[in-house]
Amino acid sequence: MSAGWGAAEISVAFGAVQALDRVSAGAWPGQVTAVVGGDGAGKTTLLRCVAGALAPAAGAVRRPGAARIGYLPPGGGVYDDLSVAENLAFRSAVYRAAGATAGEYLERTGLAAAAGRLAGQLSGGMRRKLGVIAAMLPGPELLILDEPTTGVDPVSRADLWWLIARAAAGGAAVLMSTTYLDEAARAAHVLVLDAGRALAAGTPDEIVASVPGTIAVAPRPPSDEDERRRAWRRAGTWRVWHPGPAAGPAAGTGATVTPDLQDAVCVAELRAELARAELARAGLEAAGA
Amino acid sequence: MRAMIVKEFRQLRRDRRTLAMMIVMPVLLLVILGYAASFDVSEVPTVVAGPGAGAVARALPKPLRLAGTYPASSPAWATDQLRDQHAAVAIVTGGPRPLVLVDGSQLFAAQAAERALSGSRGGTAGVVTRVLYNPQLKTSDIMIPGLAGVILVFVGTVITSLGVVRERQAGTLEQLAVMPLRPADVFLGKIVPYFAVAVADLAIVLAVGVAVFGVPFRGSAAVFGLGALLFVFVTLGVGVLISSVSQTQGQAIQLAVMTMLPQILLSGLIFPLASIVAGVRWIAYLLPLTYFTQISRGVMLRAQPIGSLWPPFVYLALLGAAVTTLATWRFRAFLAPGEAK
Repeated sequence: MSAGWGAAEISVAFGAVQALDRVSAGAWPGQVTAVVGGDGAGKTTLLRCVAGALAPAAGAVRRPGAARIGYLPPGGGVYDDLSVAENLAFRSAVYRAAGATAGEYLERTGLAAAAGRLAGQLSGGMRRKLGVIAAMLPGPELLILDEPTTGVDPVSRADLWWLIARAAAGGAAVLMSTTYLDEAARAAHVLVLDAGRALAAGTPDEIVASVPGTIAVAPRPPSDEDERRRAWRRAGTWRVWHPGPAAGPAAGTGATVTPDLQDAVCVAELRAELARAELARAGLEAAGA
Repeated sequence: MRAMIVKEFRQLRRDRRTLAMMIVMPVLLLVILGYAASFDVSEVPTVVAGPGAGAVARALPKPLRLAGTYPASSPAWATDQLRDQHAAVAIVTGGPRPLVLVDGSQLFAAQAAERALSGSRGGTAGVVTRVLYNPQLKTSDIMIPGLAGVILVFVGTVITSLGVVRERQAGTLEQLAVMPLRPADVFLGKIVPYFAVAVADLAIVLAVGVAVFGVPFRGSAAVFGLGALLFVFVTLGVGVLISSVSQTQGQAIQLAVMTMLPQILLSGLIFPLASIVAGVRWIAYLLPLTYFTQISRGVMLRAQPIGSLWPPFVYLALLGAAVTTLATWRFRAFLAPGEAK
């Protein structure tokens, strides 16, 4: 975490569940940082901590003053019983923002015609766009977006990315979570979370380059049990990760491929899962001894 | 159907608050109602003024109980004693005929006094009896000033608690928590609209009470207004408190109803405070409606001045301070970055 905003070595526990374990995340002006991970990875908890909605038990958070933060919480942060225009008017008044840019955003994202409609009557995508526009209204230095594109149609996703790119181009440090790895690949920085731990962090290229071993493509799931544990399905074929530089493709698997971010994240999650399984096995053996 | 029943039981088991309400509330209501539900008046505080007051006092029939005597034959003093609630009956001697003044705003005490006097030796022959403040002993005259308070409790507590907890359920509370707003801004911004609605409601209820039911408004509107403001202040604070400990609107309604029921039953609105068993009556003194009922009846029916109404004002102010302090403290915690538990 240097010069930008974000979290340094923060930990959060909800009862016995360690939601975040010494996780660091950075967001830099003019750039987008994507936080990726599956359900329960800790993405929302991390964003809540950076936004100031949750205090971490350990570690530090660096963020601008509340007036310079735009935040899209998981629920969207808009009032269902206020119209689009009323929601934006409320946000403008609280942040003492001019709100002049809102008109352009509404126009560009197709929301202008719905300005008089209640937010509760909008489609999921429109509601999400309204939430992002509202978060962008104060012209924030730090824009935090919790899964802005999840469950949204492709056209609305493109609109949302236009808004995100616009915020970054305006100098905002954007910290967003997503479950879509193709979106994460568009970010300047990526943080991969799994069960509250950071598995990988860096630029998409750095994360791809950090994948050890090789990845092979196979038309069918591998028959070897050990290989099956290191395989995943992608686009109608199977990919098998072979750790270590010496390991080549096994029998039945095809050519090696150059990994992309999606492969890199799958490998990172596989390695974490295999390590957990190894630990559990060692524990069982120790208990049996 | 079996699957449906099992599912409902599972959901009910997880919703402990509802389960507790279903089991605890009937028992609580039975106990409170059993001890509170009494219109029987065992004592009617009575003052006697004029020469021979001592002799008259000794001859008072039950349930009249001597609460004080005054040497001069002063109907004005006697009236003040009733107006300021030191007594429900005042007897003035020394005139051509004895004068008995009865406080009609204490309906059940007045009825008990009339029965006692007419049944006593010699009856009321030769006695001038005057019922003050509610000469026809109309129930509506004593109920409407108190009902205005019930309506304020409804708006203040139930609606306010819903308004705040709705933010939590919609997920917008988290948005508010990170906005550049002070907790006091959010707190006041939340309750001011409800405050305005409550005041408008009060005005409407009073106007209907006076115009349609013919309830008198004899006292100072300013004194009444001050009491109403204090009372609304307390009820809104209770609403915010409820919302800060409720996760859902359903829970907020349950809690709000739990605060409303004892207020309606124990505040003296329906059953006279003096008739409630002492073991339960102390609860009445913790309820804001008890004091508002005293103020509204005092001002509207008896034109009671603030000088003699200060106890309910002081208690309301104390309750208001306690509730608002608690509510603000809870609200701050509500909006502050939460510690993961």
